[in-house]
Amino acid sequence: MRMDSSALLENRQTPHRVHTTTGKIGIFVSAQSSSSSSTPQPTGTAAMPFGNSHNQLKMKFSSEQEYPDLSKHNNHMAKVLTLALYEKLRSKQTPSGFTLDDVIQTGVDNPGHPFIMTVGCVAGDEETYEVFKELLDPVIQDRHGGYKPTDKHKTDLNPNNLKGGDDLDANYVLSTRVRTGRSVRGFCLPPHCSRGERRAVEKLSVEALGALTGDLKGKYYALKNMSEAEQQQLIDDHFLFDKPVSPLLLASGMARDWPDARGIWHNDNKTFLVWVNEEDHLRVISMQKGGNMKEVFTRFCTGLTKIEELFKNKGHSFMWNEHLGYVLTCPSNLGTGLRAGVHVKLPNLSKYRQFEEILKRLRLQKRGTGGVDTAAVGGIFDISNADRLGFSEVELVQMLVDGVKLLIEMEKRLEKGQAVEDLMPAQK
Amino acid sequence: MASMFTRVLSGRNTAVIMAGLGAGTLVSSYIMTESGVSAGEKKKLYPPSADYPDLRKHNNCMASVLTPAIYGQLRDKLTPSNWSLDQCIQTGVDNPGHPFIKTVGMVAGDEESYEVFAEIFNPVIKDRHNGYDPTTMKHPTDLDSSKITSGMFDENYVLSSRVRTGRSIRGLSLPPACTRAERREVERVVVQALSGLKDDLAGKYFSLTEMTEQEQQQLIDDHFLFDKPVSPLLTCAGMARDWPDARGIWHNNEKTFLIWINEEDHTRVISMEKGGNMKRVFERFCRGLKEVERLIQERGWEFMWNEHLGYILTCPSNLGTGLRAGVHVRLPLLSKDSRFNKILDNLRLQKRGTGGVDTAAVGDTFDISNLDRLGKSEVELVQCVIDGVNYLIDCEKKLEKGQDITITPPVAQFKK
Repeated sequence: MRMDSSALLENRQTPHRVHTTTGKIGIFVSAQSSSSSSTPQPTGTAAMPFGNSHNQLKMKFSSEQEYPDLSKHNNHMAKVLTLALYEKLRSKQTPSGFTLDDVIQTGVDNPGHPFIMTVGCVAGDEETYEVFKELLDPVIQDRHGGYKPTDKHKTDLNPNNLKGGDDLDANYVLSTRVRTGRSVRGFCLPPHCSRGERRAVEKLSVEALGALTGDLKGKYYALKNMSEAEQQQLIDDHFLFDKPVSPLLLASGMARDWPDARGIWHNDNKTFLVWVNEEDHLRVISMQKGGNMKEVFTRFCTGLTKIEELFKNKGHSFMWNEHLGYVLTCPSNLGTGLRAGVHVKLPNLSKYRQFEEILKRLRLQKRGTGGVDTAAVGGIFDISNADRLGFSEVELVQMLVDGVKLLIEMEKRLEKGQAVEDLMPAQK
Repeated sequence: MASMFTRVLSGRNTAVIMAGLGAGTLVSSYIMTESGVSAGEKKKLYPPSADYPDLRKHNNCMASVLTPAIYGQLRDKLTPSNWSLDQCIQTGVDNPGHPFIKTVGMVAGDEESYEVFAEIFNPVIKDRHNGYDPTTMKHPTDLDSSKITSGMFDENYVLSSRVRTGRSIRGLSLPPACTRAERREVERVVVQALSGLKDDLAGKYFSLTEMTEQEQQQLIDDHFLFDKPVSPLLTCAGMARDWPDARGIWHNNEKTFLIWINEEDHTRVISMEKGGNMKRVFERFCRGLKEVERLIQERGWEFMWNEHLGYILTCPSNLGTGLRAGVHVRLPLLSKDSRFNKILDNLRLQKRGTGGVDTAAVGDTFDISNLDRLGKSEVELVQCVIDGVNYLIDCEKKLEKGQDITITPPVAQFKK
């Protein structure tokens, strides 16, 4: 009847018939039933929300038909995902229904930048890293300095192992900060969670944080309930986070249902802060003015350890394994998920021709004081560790402390018009 | 005969396969994991009440209509292409709305969405389309442009005339839900059909991924180019995924007939020209639409349409005719008259700035178009615009001469 028989239309009719007679189809297995009468339906497997949940429909199209056009793309995912790999992985799903297309959607929608290499994929749950390891292992390896699928990551949250760090020159270091993230095992991650799950994570977190005592005692501010006064205070303290605007985050579905179940917790001293359900289940931040990284890191470790204990008391652990360390939404934050940094004045050194090279050798990274992707203002830089995975927390903070000490020394030399070549570090 | 496809399991998980009962060979499997919970298990852990959205600060049609009871009934249902209620309403949850503008707050992922989720779509449709009840009423489709009268406006006032609508290709998911392959198929089907248009309708396709810099600039100068949506109403619904893959613009050589492919709908069809010859614009519109329909039918495709909802489009606000017929018209005196808005109301017309929806008027030139989409036919709506705009011009002329104007009585609603 049709001159140009479109396989698509024909294929589509068949499942249509199947679906209307047999009702819902399980996520993992489907069958055409020859009987059209009262076949009992599996109790609904409503695809857990968001994204291309209809993986089965896509299997009727060839891989070539579904494969994304990555010709103009420059991100880690695009470098790794060949047609062959797409074909291999596209029929897979994690137990909660997260698919390959869900993993890569943000990377497809955001081709990247010629100079900045973004990751281009996210995890929807802990199992993503396992089910799609053939894509994520090479991405991780590329992003994390050659970290191999067989490597083991070391976790060390003992602040006593940090040497020094309590005496960074406060004439140069304006503030000190350490942040990481934690995911609660058993719940889907922000790109994929349902409203019910996100609320459960919030409830658990608020209960756990509510049990903190001493200098960690604090209060929770839910984004959707806070008063105007509270909101203004949080803005003034630079604690408030807002709905993401970056297309990198929006395209992965992390901003759904905003501001439901999002909030900020901080201790009364305003030195320990937890973000709930922003880009990860939890983002944990320890910070204070001045240059006492030892104190900041000690509070960080103590706080994290206490929080982990409180969660365990409620029967929940953090997502962690010996290969990837702490599991977070973005592969770039695996391992420690740790960014330890300072706001430091380096007006002379930043103009020195070898500045970038020095940072590279020290395994440090610079940002503007507005955070990632901002420019430095008035010679003040945000300097932090570049690595996340393959080094322990203590090792990363040690590198930051030692590195910043050297940078300040070089700054002082340049102030006096002295040479700094002899201070050039070796590659760490 | 059973055909099954099974998921590939990773080593850590244990699969428990349970056979279904009955004459059918239906099989379902529940996957238990040590740490993760299967989707099947999640349903038991999270009843609909746990997932019910917080709509207390919301002001859109979906939020006005959704109740925990409806949500409970519909949350676990899926259309044949596995589209869910949560996916329909995500845009309305993410965009609470505006105190003065009531947005719709939900979209369809496929033709069946309107059926499977009728319990919420029907009241939303009723709210948006002035009480139109899809369960009892029928929508008239009429693309016979010969019925139009007085379709030539006074060009001292009317600067340009335009009619637009949308069409969806039956059998392929809509922009919020479609896979890349489906979207590319829409593009292929439509472009192939359009290449069969002849004479004054003959034209060319410009794919967003392949157009040259020069072509792009020309399309911008012609005001034809559409860009990646920035409105969160659209992006939250997932319509901008994989941009600009399989998106493009087709127009005839005379630049009076234009089709957008895979923007907010499978196709948006636009007929336009400078001046006030709305009759000719509508004639071309109808002829072009019918010709495109014929061409896709030759290859076994058809448009999504049914007798209750008319033409099926992504947004419920565009059901029925999906038609917006409008003019850019100068009304310097009338627009300052305090009765202007009331007159527009009674004429079932809407004003916008000349930049389109949500823009303000520049100078005294307004975009005037029909308010209604569903319950009246294309011919009725275009005639309504023609009669209405003629009345507005009449008022303007009267005011020029210092004469008084009267507020016209309200135009009849659709037959209930």
